[in-house]
Amino acid sequence: MSLELSKPPAIELITRPLLEVRNLSMRFGGLLAVDSVHFDVRRSQIFAMIGPNGAGKTTVFNCVGGFYRPTAGTVMLDGQPLHELPSYRIARRGLVRTFQNVRLFKTMTVVENLLISQHTQLETRLLSGLFNTLKYRRAEANALERAAFWLDKVGLLAVAHREAGNLAYGQQRRLEIARCMITKPKLLMLDEPAAGLNPQETRDLERLINELRAEHNVAVLLIEHDMSLVMDISDEILVMEYGRPIATGTPAEIRSNSKVIKAYLGEE
Amino acid sequence: MSDFSILEFIQQIINGLTLGSIYALIAIGYTMVYGIIGMINFAHGEIYMIGAYVGVLVITVLGLVGVDSIPLILLATLAMSILVTGSYGWTVERLAYRPLRGSPRLVPLISAIGVSIFLQNYVQLGQGARDVSMQPVLTGGWRFGPEGGFQVYLSYMQVLIAAITVAFMAGLTLFISRSRMGRACRACSEDRGMANLLGIDTDRVISLTFVLGATLAAVAGVLVSMYYGLVNPFIGFIAGLKAFTAAVLGGIGSIPGAMLGGVVLGLAESFASAYLQTEYKDVVAFALLILVLLVRPTGLLGRPDVEKV
Repeated sequence: MSLELSKPPAIELITRPLLEVRNLSMRFGGLLAVDSVHFDVRRSQIFAMIGPNGAGKTTVFNCVGGFYRPTAGTVMLDGQPLHELPSYRIARRGLVRTFQNVRLFKTMTVVENLLISQHTQLETRLLSGLFNTLKYRRAEANALERAAFWLDKVGLLAVAHREAGNLAYGQQRRLEIARCMITKPKLLMLDEPAAGLNPQETRDLERLINELRAEHNVAVLLIEHDMSLVMDISDEILVMEYGRPIATGTPAEIRSNSKVIKAYLGEE
Repeated sequence: MSDFSILEFIQQIINGLTLGSIYALIAIGYTMVYGIIGMINFAHGEIYMIGAYVGVLVITVLGLVGVDSIPLILLATLAMSILVTGSYGWTVERLAYRPLRGSPRLVPLISAIGVSIFLQNYVQLGQGARDVSMQPVLTGGWRFGPEGGFQVYLSYMQVLIAAITVAFMAGLTLFISRSRMGRACRACSEDRGMANLLGIDTDRVISLTFVLGATLAAVAGVLVSMYYGLVNPFIGFIAGLKAFTAAVLGGIGSIPGAMLGGVVLGLAESFASAYLQTEYKDVVAFALLILVLLVRPTGLLGRPDVEKV
């Protein structure tokens, strides 16, 4: 016992999973869209959720990301409960997401989209903004510098001052990822990031996600229907069907899991 | 059209721009709130009325104390009115709209009508239902034109109204386009949910929007009380309706639209009262609204994708 107590807390911090989802359920009227989902995402892990349409993957996403308030269960990020926080605080804790459809601020410029998501990191008083203080200008300059770094990273530096709504679809997708990454998240959640991308763009996306993990230590939780992408980049996969998890494991384990094959191909 | 003269025409433009400036200032409050939370704040006219009352009170008190420097009166009155009216704007949002966030869109609308009735009666109780008048602060003006014929009259007050309106509009435009909070306002009006998920405290942005709208309404109130020297608890209703019309005319949700809509409406009313009859000015104003909505449902500068209904 005493040995347990004297264990330094730092160890727990390292070994504890980044995201812990416990008994998560979400009910819409009579429909139990998500039923007791349970999973962990470790630091710098790429974790994929797959499953047939309507399996409840996006609902899980919405509950984890603070978009819905779950009916039951808990979501912890870094040991802190997320499911009770107002959504704007969730981003400040280090969790950001994209949606299935592109949700950029379309009438704002590309660089403005990146400045918006740094709004909170540059917490300054309203008055200092009005009077254009030195501190305010320095903060703005830093924000611009970071925006330039990320634009370069996703190959959009040349179109920095175009309206975001005028970019090509693949560019808009990359801008969304940059807009998330600039908040320095611990966990990046991507809802079908490869949807609508051509094979070349999908390969670029795969490389980008790997780079983000390697260079910025971000964990990635994704929903994706492109199986070759999922199998290539995931460390762990959760398969869902009818709102419940039916299997978790490495890509190799999932590929040979009979329940998964049944869910996808139907019963013999 | 026989008695048409270019001088009369110019006079109507001057009158129309004066009236239009006031409409535009109030209309911005409607359009900004709509742009961010998709709700028509029907209590906004009453916020303007409170601004006018504060204007009259402060000017009267300053007169009693013996302050007679016009710039000083103007500054003190504007500052005081903005402070008081801004607090009303903030409080109304906090008490009457924020608790209803997420409810069906009819609910805050009804709450707004309730706030409007409440504020009218509240001011009536405190200040009396009768007109409150005051001595004009700024009198005089310029006359142009032939001796004995029709002369164009441009009062100092009209120039002041135009100048202050332009100054505040320029300030607002700069704030929205350049400052960090302005950027957050634009982001929220495009996609509030996403802005929230990116870490922007959207409730704060909404509060700010209400305060900004109330600030401009306070400026309009002060200017009107100085121009007409007369307020009563009911001036907010018709002014609010006209400003709302101006906002829809210009394209609700669009700030330049509200400015343009106000000016167009002011000019239309001014021309209607000069060339038809004074009684026709409201008919022309609302007919213009119907016409624009038939031809361009999104208003003059509105964008289809701004529409949230």
